[in-house]
Amino acid sequence: MTWLEDAVTAVAKEATAIRALFPAAGRRAGRDNADEARAALLLALSGESLAKEVAGLYHHGDNDEKRAVLKTLPSLDVGDGCVELLRDALRSNDSRLIAAALGPYSRHLADAEWRQGVLKSVFMGLPLSSLHGLDERADAELARMLGGLRDEREAAGRVMPADAVALLERLA
Amino acid sequence: MRIFDPHIHMTSRTTDDYERMAANGVTAVVEPAFWLGQPRTSVGSFTDYFDAIMGWEPYRAAQYGITHHCTIALNPKEANDPRCREVLQVLPRYLVKDRVVAVGEIGYDSMTPEEDEVFAQQLQLALAHDLPALVHTPHRDKSAGTQRSLDVVKESGIEPGRVVLDHLNEVTVASVLETGCWMGFSIYPDTKMSPDRMVVILREYGLDRMLVNSAADWGKSDPLLTVRTAEAMAAAGFTADEIDKVLWRNPAEFYGQSGRLDLGEAEAGGAFEGNTILRGGS
Ligand SMILES: [Zn+2]
Repeated sequence: MTWLEDAVTAVAKEATAIRALFPAAGRRAGRDNADEARAALLLALSGESLAKEVAGLYHHGDNDEKRAVLKTLPSLDVGDGCVELLRDALRSNDSRLIAAALGPYSRHLADAEWRQGVLKSVFMGLPLSSLHGLDERADAELARMLGGLRDEREAAGRVMPADAVALLERLA
Repeated sequence: MRIFDPHIHMTSRTTDDYERMAANGVTAVVEPAFWLGQPRTSVGSFTDYFDAIMGWEPYRAAQYGITHHCTIALNPKEANDPRCREVLQVLPRYLVKDRVVAVGEIGYDSMTPEEDEVFAQQLQLALAHDLPALVHTPHRDKSAGTQRSLDVVKESGIEPGRVVLDHLNEVTVASVLETGCWMGFSIYPDTKMSPDRMVVILREYGLDRMLVNSAADWGKSDPLLTVRTAEAMAAAGFTADEIDKVLWRNPAEFYGQSGRLDLGEAEAGGAFEGNTILRGGS
């Protein structure tokens, strides 16, 4: 059996085994496979304390581990029980975490939180194409906020990223 | 000239420092966990700190093409505070991380019984996690503290070649040399060691198992003193290859023993997608 198969078996048997296996996945399964391996380990978790164990992995994780948790949230049976992790990621200043927090699981964010996340992505220059369900969820309030940002940028002699301008025009 | 600073506390430094370091050839660093100059009173302060040196600092460093790893431990000074000692319970969660390349800084501050116990316990953690150990030698009563550290290292059963005793000087270097442990020297603007004194030590004791660091932190210190040492070596007639050995290959070899050191070109992190640090945050 491969390291990953062994690790998945170990986690299925005893959930807390994931605490040492999840961080080591990059070294053991190969750096290029780290995200997939971590997703497989998370999917092997089950039981009542699932959301708590996932939150523990996130909070003790380095940024690669945090990202892997965020990306796997939509596939985990945690309902909206891990939305706090998105809020934590959106408060961070690491653009990879921001992007990962705005995947499909972001439907659990309140509209106001989600709009702030989108606006922060524009500030950080993240490509808006990576945000999940942007066109369906973007509303007049987001348009108002983007319009304000554009006005500020223009007043400072700077431009807003083209994809944000395009979004604003679609919303107009 | 490429420089690997094996001991620097970047969390206390500005982004301008990263920029200056990169411009002067410092493209790899290891940030040991240590005291912050201000006492902490709870485990949460430590885990937030570990988070910063495992996540935020590598991210900041990557903006300048600098590869950042860290070492994790409860430092000797705070080992004396029962509120901080609880951090020993959470260390196993951090010692398994990809970017953690040693257990450290461990060792002595005031040589109390509590420090004895925490030092020995963390050497066992190094063994259990197959990691090298970074040992801080005390500033007060340094000779006795260095000798006692060597005794504790010997007793632990860890291989001497997987241990560095740091902050050494003319007085303490010889006793460490004969044990087979690595020897670390912190080059400071006024105290500890200067580039010229470092050159004299390298002449006398050779280049094997020698590590030169800036140990730059929140105090009066300078992240470019590794570069100044390389220049002093060149002025004293050391070859480019000898300088590369001391300031790059030696630290790469020492921390490489963790099996986790990744010196591949520091990925630009999220920078290619827009760099909030350069823009001053959002
Ligand atoms: Zn230090």
